[in-house]
Amino acid sequence: MDFLRPDTLAEALALKAQRPDAVPIAGGTDVMVELNFDHRRPAALLDLTRIAELRSWDSAGGNGDGGTVRIGSGVPYTRIIDELGDRLPGLAMASRTVGSPQIRNRGTVGGNLGAASPAGDTHPVLLAGDATVEAASTRGTRLIPATEFYLGVKRHALEPDELITAVHVPVTRAPQQFAKVGTRNAMVIAVCSFAVALHPARQRVGAAVGSAAPTPRRASAAEEFLSAELTSANQWESPKPLLDSVKRRFGELVAEAANPIDDVRGSAAYRKHALSVLARRTLDWAWRDYSEKVT
Amino acid sequence: MSLTPAELTSAVAGGIGSSPQRPDGNLKVRGEFAYASDLWHEDMIWGATLRSPHPYARILSIDLTEALQVPGVYAVLTHEDVRGKNRYGLEHKDQPVLAEDIVRYQGEPVALVGADHPETAQRAMKRIKVKYEVLTPVVDMETAVDDTPLHPGGNLVRHVPVRRGDQHAEAEVVVTGRYEVGMQDQAFLGPESGLAVPAEDGGVDLYIATQWLHVDQGQVAAALGLPLERVRLTLSGVGGAFGGREDLSMQVHACLLALHTGKPTKMVYNREESFYGHVHRHPAVLYYEHGADRTGKLVYVKARIYLDGGAYASSTPAVVANSATLGVGPYDVDNVTVDCWGVFTNNPPCGAMRGFGAVQSAFAYESQMDKLAEALGMDPVDVRIVNAMSEGSVMPTGQVVDSAAPVAQLLKLVKDKPMPPLSTAVDLRDMPGGVSNTTHGEGVVRGVGYAVGIKNICFSEGYDDYSTARVRLQIINGEPAALAHTAAAEVGQGLVTIMQQIVRTELGVERVTILPMDTSIGNGGSTSASRQTYVTGGAVKAACAAVREKLAKLAGGRDLAGVDLVGLLGDDVIDETVEWRHRATEPIDPETGQGNAHVQYGFAAHRAVVDVDVELGLVKVVELDCAQDVGKALNPQAVLGQIQGGSAQGLGLAVMEEIQTEGGKVRNPSFTDYLIPTVLDMPPMSIDVLELADPNAPYGVRGVGEPPTISSTPAIVAAIRAATGLALTRVPVRPEHITGT
Repeated sequence: MDFLRPDTLAEALALKAQRPDAVPIAGGTDVMVELNFDHRRPAALLDLTRIAELRSWDSAGGNGDGGTVRIGSGVPYTRIIDELGDRLPGLAMASRTVGSPQIRNRGTVGGNLGAASPAGDTHPVLLAGDATVEAASTRGTRLIPATEFYLGVKRHALEPDELITAVHVPVTRAPQQFAKVGTRNAMVIAVCSFAVALHPARQRVGAAVGSAAPTPRRASAAEEFLSAELTSANQWESPKPLLDSVKRRFGELVAEAANPIDDVRGSAAYRKHALSVLARRTLDWAWRDYSEKVT
Repeated sequence: MSLTPAELTSAVAGGIGSSPQRPDGNLKVRGEFAYASDLWHEDMIWGATLRSPHPYARILSIDLTEALQVPGVYAVLTHEDVRGKNRYGLEHKDQPVLAEDIVRYQGEPVALVGADHPETAQRAMKRIKVKYEVLTPVVDMETAVDDTPLHPGGNLVRHVPVRRGDQHAEAEVVVTGRYEVGMQDQAFLGPESGLAVPAEDGGVDLYIATQWLHVDQGQVAAALGLPLERVRLTLSGVGGAFGGREDLSMQVHACLLALHTGKPTKMVYNREESFYGHVHRHPAVLYYEHGADRTGKLVYVKARIYLDGGAYASSTPAVVANSATLGVGPYDVDNVTVDCWGVFTNNPPCGAMRGFGAVQSAFAYESQMDKLAEALGMDPVDVRIVNAMSEGSVMPTGQVVDSAAPVAQLLKLVKDKPMPPLSTAVDLRDMPGGVSNTTHGEGVVRGVGYAVGIKNICFSEGYDDYSTARVRLQIINGEPAALAHTAAAEVGQGLVTIMQQIVRTELGVERVTILPMDTSIGNGGSTSASRQTYVTGGAVKAACAAVREKLAKLAGGRDLAGVDLVGLLGDDVIDETVEWRHRATEPIDPETGQGNAHVQYGFAAHRAVVDVDVELGLVKVVELDCAQDVGKALNPQAVLGQIQGGSAQGLGLAVMEEIQTEGGKVRNPSFTDYLIPTVLDMPPMSIDVLELADPNAPYGVRGVGEPPTISSTPAIVAAIRAATGLALTRVPVRPEHITGT
C-alpha cells in the first residue's frame, strides 16, 4: 500500500488524478478502523493532514444571516464546536455527539462526507441547513448541494479524481436542533438521528433524517407541511406556541420520510417511532427558542 | 519491550485493612505496563487463525497449497499437525485444538498460519481453501436435547435437579413467569495474546494472559504431546478477564507454530476475533413459579432453567450447578423443585463469566419477588425481608449456612439511603439519551427498584481447591526483605497488592517483592469464583506462618515481637512453600441436588433509581447504591472498586450488553455494536461495606468480586418496570421493549 503525503492541495489533486484508487485520509477515525480490521486494503492512502488550507475555515459574506462559513475538510469537530458554535449551531450540536473527545479531536466533517455512511452524525444538519460540498480536481472546483451529494449506502457524488476540499454552511442566528438516538448515553453510533433548521428569512423549515434510509435524506413533505403552516398562520412575524396537532403531523411526516431496516442496532418500527418523537421535540425546542428571540 | 514481566516491589507501606497503592498502578496509569499484546522477541513470527464462517458444517477438504506459496509464510497447520491429543476443555475434553471433520460454531479454529508479519499471515490465511458442506444448526436451547446430536453423547451437558420438601405443596398466592437472559460478553479490554518460545529441551515457554496458569499448562502439554515440565508458562500482563480467559484461546496454537517452525511465535487477536475467541455468558430461558401465603412468606418455588452452552462444554456443568443450587435466591424456602439443564447448540460456546449461573437465576427469582409483592400489595423490600435467609438457614441443597448471611440488613441499608433529588435544570449528561440531546425532560419518568443476590465463593462440589505460595525472608542491604511467589493470576483485580499487604502484616516487613507468576511454583488455582484473596491470600498467610515458625526456632523461644530481625537472620535465608486448602465441599446428589456443595456464600443488595424516557425507551441510571458483606476488607479501596465494577457490568446486562446471534451467527462482533457502559451510563455509587467475619476464612474474608454483578441487573430492571409499568421479562431491556416497537 502506497502512502502519499502531498504538502499542497495542488499536489494532492495531481496525485488523486494519477491515482484515483487512492483513499483520502484526514483524522483516520474511520479509514484506520477499516484498515485495522482488514476490511479494506486500498492500493494507496492519500494523507491530507499536511495541507494547511484544508485545516482552516473562513466566513464569506459576513458572520450574520446571509453569510456562509467555508470549513476546510480537515477541520476537526472539536474546532467546529469551539470556534463555530455561535454561527453554525446545528453543525456544532451534531459535532458534540460524535464519538469521544479523542475522536472529536481527530475526526472531520470532510471525513464524514467522504465515508457517506447513512449513520454519519453531521449529514442531517448539512441537509437541513442547506450546506454545499466543495469538490476539487485538477479539472477545477465545483459545489455540490448536500441534497445531491448522497447517492447510496456509503456512496457519494464525487468523481474518482475529486477530493472534498470544504463544506459551505450558511450562517444563521435562527434556531437549529440535532438529536440522535443511541442505546448508550455517550459515544454511540446513531440508531436514528434528526436535524431541524428554521430559515425565517425564507420562511422555510429544513428537516432531515439520518441512519433511517440507505442515505441521509431530507424529510421534504414534513418541510413543506410545516413551512406552509407557519407561513399561512403568519407565525414567522408573530410566533405563537405550536399546536400539538401540528407537531404531531410534522413528526408523522418525518417518520414517513424514513425507509429504515431492521438491524442489530434497532428495528425499523422503532426507528420510525423514534424519529417522530425526535421531530416533535426538536421542533418544539427550536420554535420556543425562535419565539423568545422574536418577541 | 521486555519478555519477562517485572518483579513488583512497592515502596508503599500498608498491611491488611489499609489501601496502599497498587505496585503496578503507576505503570498502568502512565501507559508503561507491558500487556501480553506488547510481548516481543527477536526473530519472532506471527500466527493467525483461520476460523469457520459457518455455525455447523462438515469439512470436505482443506487445500493449503496457495497459502504455503505466499512469501514469508513459515507454516500452515491443520488438525493433522496437532502433536498430542486434539482435544481440550476445562471440565470435559471435547473441543478440538483445530477442527477435524466438523465445525460446531462460527469462529471455530480450522487452520493456523505462521508468517514473518501479521499482514502476511492474514494474506496467506485467506488463500487457504476449505470446502464445507453446510449443515442446519441447532440454535434453540429449549429443544436442543431432542434435536440433531452435536456430540456423541447427545446435546445434554448436564441436568441438575434440586428437590427439597413437599413436591406438591400448594399456596394461596401464586405468581409465574418466563424470563430470558441474553448472551453477555466479558468485554475485557486486552485481547487474547501470547508469545510461545521454543526451548532447547524440545519444550516451549509460553508467555500468556490467562486466569489459571496450571490448568492451561495441563491442557497445552496434552495437546502438544509433551510432559508437563517441558511446557512452562509465565503470566504476562493481563488486561481484564471476568471469566473469559478460563478457557484456552491461542495457547496451543502459538505453541504448535513455535514448535513446528522453531521460531518464537506471537499471536494477538483483534477485537473482532476476540468476540469469536472466547466463551461468553450463557443465555438463559427460565420458567418460575412462586407460591406464598398472604403474609408474603414463600411456601414453594418451582423453576425450570435452560442454559445455552453453545458448541462445547467449557464450564457449563459448574454453571448449571450454580444456577440450580442458588436458584431460589437468598431466601428461606421449605419446598423447592428446581431443574436446570445446560445444553449443546451451534451457538457460540459459553462458559465462565463473573457471577456465572447465579446471574441468570437472580434475574428470574428477583423479578418473581417483585411480581409476588405486586400480587400481595406488599412493598417489594418487605416481601424480600419476610423471606430473607440468615445465618443458620438451610439452603435448598440441605446445606446449613454457617456464617453471616445479613440479607435483611443489606436490604434495609439500601432502602434507608436518601433518595436522589429530581433534577431541576437540564443537563444533558443527566438525561436518558445523554449528550445525544434526545430529551430535555419530555417523557421522563423516574422509577426505583431493589434486588438482592447470592453467590457461592470458591470452587464447589468436592473440587480439590487449593493454592500454593512461597515466601522468602532475608536481609538485603541491612534491611529485612520478603519475597512472595505464587502462580495465581493477577488479572487487574489487585492480588499483587493484597499479597504484599498480607506479607507486611504477617512478617512485619516493609519491603515486599512479588515475583512474576509462573508454573515454576505449584498451582495457584483459578482467578475466578471470587476466590483468590480467600485461597491464595490464605496460602500466602500460611507461608508467612511457616516462615515465622522458622524464625521462632532461630530465636530460641524469645518473643519475636521484640526481636531485631537483622541480627537474628544474619545471612540466613528462610524460604517456605505451602499448599493451602479451604475446607472441603461435597458433590451433590444427582437425583436430589442435596449436599454441602459450597464453601461460602456472598451477598449483595442494590437499589437502583432510574429515569426512563418512556417515549423513546432510553434509560439513565441515576443511582445504583449497594450494600455488601465482605467479611473483612483487606484493601477497602479495592473492595469498593470491585463493587463499582461488578455493578457496572450488571448495569451493562440490564440495558445494553448482548451478543446478538441469528442462526448461530454473531451479528455484532465489535465495540461499535456491542456496547458497554461509559462514565455517562454508570452513576456514582453510595456503598455500604459490612465486615461480618467468616470464622472459616482467612482474616474472615468473604469473596467480593461477583455478588455485586448479580443484584445490579434485576434492581435496574425493577426500577425500569416501576417507571414504565411494563413486565420486561428479558435482559438487556431494549428501547423496542419499552416503546412496544
